[in-house]
Amino acid sequence: MPRPERFIIDGKRLDGRAPDQLRPIKIEVDYLKRADGSCYLEMGKNRVVAAVYGPREAHPRHIQDPTKAVIRYRYNMASFSVEERKRPGPDRRSIEISKVSKEAFEAVIMKELFPRSAIDIFVEVLQADAGSRTACINAASVALVDAGIPMKGILTSVAVAKVDGVLVLDPMKEEDNYGEADMPIAFLMRGGKIDSIALLQMDGRMTREEIREAIKLAKKGAMEIYQMQREAIMKKFVQEGEE
Amino acid sequence: MTEDILSEIKKDYVLSKLRDGERIDGRKFDEFRKLEIKTGIISKAEGSAYVKLGNTQVVVGVKMQPGEPFPDVPDRGVIIVNAELVPLASPTFEPGPPDENSIELARVIDRGIRESEAVDLSKLCIEVGKKVWLTFIDIHALDDDGNLLDASAIASICALMNTIVPASRFGLGEDFCLPVNDIPVSVTSLIIGNKFLVDPTRDEMSVGERTITITVDRNDNIVAIQKSGDYLLSESLLEEIMDTSIRVSKKIREEILRQCSKACQ
Repeated sequence: MPRPERFIIDGKRLDGRAPDQLRPIKIEVDYLKRADGSCYLEMGKNRVVAAVYGPREAHPRHIQDPTKAVIRYRYNMASFSVEERKRPGPDRRSIEISKVSKEAFEAVIMKELFPRSAIDIFVEVLQADAGSRTACINAASVALVDAGIPMKGILTSVAVAKVDGVLVLDPMKEEDNYGEADMPIAFLMRGGKIDSIALLQMDGRMTREEIREAIKLAKKGAMEIYQMQREAIMKKFVQEGEE
Repeated sequence: MTEDILSEIKKDYVLSKLRDGERIDGRKFDEFRKLEIKTGIISKAEGSAYVKLGNTQVVVGVKMQPGEPFPDVPDRGVIIVNAELVPLASPTFEPGPPDENSIELARVIDRGIRESEAVDLSKLCIEVGKKVWLTFIDIHALDDDGNLLDASAIASICALMNTIVPASRFGLGEDFCLPVNDIPVSVTSLIIGNKFLVDPTRDEMSVGERTITITVDRNDNIVAIQKSGDYLLSESLLEEIMDTSIRVSKKIREEILRQCSKACQ
């Protein structure tokens, strides 16, 4: 993929979006039969599937915690999900993403209710196009609700990038690859509002003021995604109620 | 089990001190521990540094060799950061391939160096698309008494600052100094409720491994952020931490410049 000369022309991005506009999102709840909770999610060209198993007995037994459930999160990319075939299995990037995502969910799942058990969250990236970790967190949140896991709220995640000196919401591949900065963030949404930050990473170069603005932009995007997560969940449960 | 009880006692101590507005070692909330830097300690390496931050000790070695560039940047040198949290450095470190903690540490340091453009990678191209200099930054922990990340980041940039590119060894002309243009400084804070402690010790970490690392370049730009740990962070606290980190980073950078001699330049 060659580097585009400019990222923003006449106030529009390469894919025609405004700087504060999300890519199209599609969410399907209860996508898998075997998992206790699941979700399929599209965010632009990202295609991800999340599954939740548990609370179930934690194995191996030595990892059991008598005071709370153990949360495990596995972010995994399919070998065909990216342009150049990815070697299957965890690489350094996947391990880091899994770690910070796990910690974000640990902060919101009421794990004290399930001592000695494990809650497993598996996310598979079938196609990646920038922001796959945020898409996975959004899908995992919905899957956790689907599995009936008690949480303080749900996590909603989005990234903000800087291209041509402009902050853009939910960057696509070109903006992510050649941009000046990238900041994935996940918020705890509670009572329909943004409560706090559960995940925050940044690499690139931003001033203090730009970070403040980036968070503001991320909050706007998160509110929109949250509404879609909510609708998807409601749709499932309303349908079930009618049956 | 003794570890558990001890850590509970330490935790209570840290928290009770904190209620009085104090840290267990008497430092201010935004104060780093004493920093000691020695460079050029490994003559077999192209660049090296030893850093002692309080009682945390780490050695970083830089090795360089010609190799293939990344296809998307055919005219740039390559930096690879790797961390070995060897079992000698802590009772909790285990031998074997890098775990999630050492991977995270290496990747956060990598981002600081990369995004601040500390190393001028355009000067490390030998033949476009074919051959560039590969720069391996290897972090070797010796003693983890807390905040291994910042100690390793300081050691990494100091090692780079006295790295000599071994061109003559590979028949590629004369040796030259690695061009280093910036000194990124990472500042890690431990979050305890709505307070934060800069440069936490291992004892302070007994309250919970909840940290945030803010890496700042010499122009006060933020070049990397990493929230680490299972906690929720308020926006107002984040704002406060960023301001403090920018302020503290300047002091550390001065200290690096004072102690870290460059090999040439």
